[in-house]
Amino acid sequence: MSAHGRNRPLIVRDIAHARAGDKGNTSNVSVWAYDAADFELLKRNLTAERIKREFPRLIRGKVERYVIEHLHGLNFVLHDALEGGVNASLNLDSHGKSWSYLILGLELEPPQD
Amino acid sequence: MVLECLGERTVAFAHRDRMADPSRGYNAHLERRMRALLAPCRAAGTVIISNMGAANPRAAAERTREIARELGLKGLKIACIEGDDVSARVPPDTPFMDEPGTLADIGRPIVGMNAYLGADAILPALHAGADVVIGGRLADPSMYLAPLMHRYGWASDAELGAGTLVGHLMECGMQVTGGYFADPGAKEVPQLAQCGYPIAEVSPDGGAVITKLTEAGGCVTEATVKEQLLYEVHDPAAYLTPDVTADFSRVTVRGESKDRVRVGNAGGRARPDRLKVTVGFDAGFLAEAGVSYAGPAAAARGRLAADIVRERLGAGTDARVDLIGARSLFATAGLPDIESEDVRLHVALRSTSREEAELMLWEVESLLCCGPAGGGGFRGAITPAVMTKSVLIDRAQVTPSLDVLVA
Repeated sequence: MSAHGRNRPLIVRDIAHARAGDKGNTSNVSVWAYDAADFELLKRNLTAERIKREFPRLIRGKVERYVIEHLHGLNFVLHDALEGGVNASLNLDSHGKSWSYLILGLELEPPQD
Repeated sequence: MVLECLGERTVAFAHRDRMADPSRGYNAHLERRMRALLAPCRAAGTVIISNMGAANPRAAAERTREIARELGLKGLKIACIEGDDVSARVPPDTPFMDEPGTLADIGRPIVGMNAYLGADAILPALHAGADVVIGGRLADPSMYLAPLMHRYGWASDAELGAGTLVGHLMECGMQVTGGYFADPGAKEVPQLAQCGYPIAEVSPDGGAVITKLTEAGGCVTEATVKEQLLYEVHDPAAYLTPDVTADFSRVTVRGESKDRVRVGNAGGRARPDRLKVTVGFDAGFLAEAGVSYAGPAAAARGRLAADIVRERLGAGTDARVDLIGARSLFATAGLPDIESEDVRLHVALRSTSREEAELMLWEVESLLCCGPAGGGGFRGAITPAVMTKSVLIDRAQVTPSLDVLVA
């Protein structure tokens, strides 16, 4: 199923899937392209700088990005990004399990092909 | 058969249970699970390994022995692993593992301290021929690695890395067989309500196939395995466990046939010198209260209710006010409100004062008479809260012990 050519902006969820995990006040979100052909688009759009820029109040620390080239995956480590984490956060989702969908909801620039 | 049942905070809550009743402090589901599993596992020659002992492995092992006797499983050997409780060995000036400060800075009562025990703490129980192995803070992947070391004689860092990959993929149960994965329209999972637990078929060379029972629901695909591969992992090349520094950065994931995914090529380097210790503190109370609004202008009425609560609690309050249905989980992320016609005001507060917690609940309940029109469905709850911090301890300070109980 191709999402390209839909009547709305392309979002990350159209080409990738993701899962979030937590350790203390640090979140990690791995993002995986369904199709190897979309991995370059994903890599170009989801930079560490952009993730940090999109959510400045939530992600208070640095953002690291690990590239798992052969599996077409990106792993983002979001420091100080859980409002204190399970110890302190008053967010209903104190683990930030839903942060995967924060990233999956980001818009992608149209493919440049 | 591995039953991995422990999170960082679960141990802290278990310590509180044990303080209230010295015969408790282990997993509340132990009774039901052992009753279901002991007889068929013994018949099949399957060893059960679990950290359901939580803050009280001895009581868990003793209870398991009683259940075995009730079931007529005479001679069943239940190994109890202790020594993870290091409360007496960590001084207050111990610095945190991953943030500034020391234990003494918290200023709250400590409820328990548990070091993560690795496969080396589990192996003696397997060598002793135990049918059931019960511990407390056994590290999740170590419970899967230990039987592989026992069966295949694995000892090199590369082998420990391979076994840790298997353990890591298995440790969250159904999270690798289609659980926590479904997203209708994007990722479909069949029969999720009947999702099966994962099975790993591990070869002596370190490769493994992750699969499940054919008749069980769920699915095992490259995508389900990849999502779990980096679950709670930071640097894929350096996943630290008590056993090894595992390298998942070059792991291969290849679907072989329906619900069978082959993984391999994990690496391993020397294990960390020190062990991680989770320290649990009594953190007072978490108070939560809510009221719902529906129909025309529901979100506007909900926002008015939120303003009232904030004003009533005072500018200095630490309470958080959300409007579920308009924007809650992603509020801090800065996403705009949705004008939903079905919203719920949700107020949350952490406090060491029960009185302050009760006052917040009363303010929210008062919205029924004194707030915006049409509010209903008040619920409020005050629950005990714990806080956990991580420190490191020298391995020499941690001495796991083994006792074998015979039914």
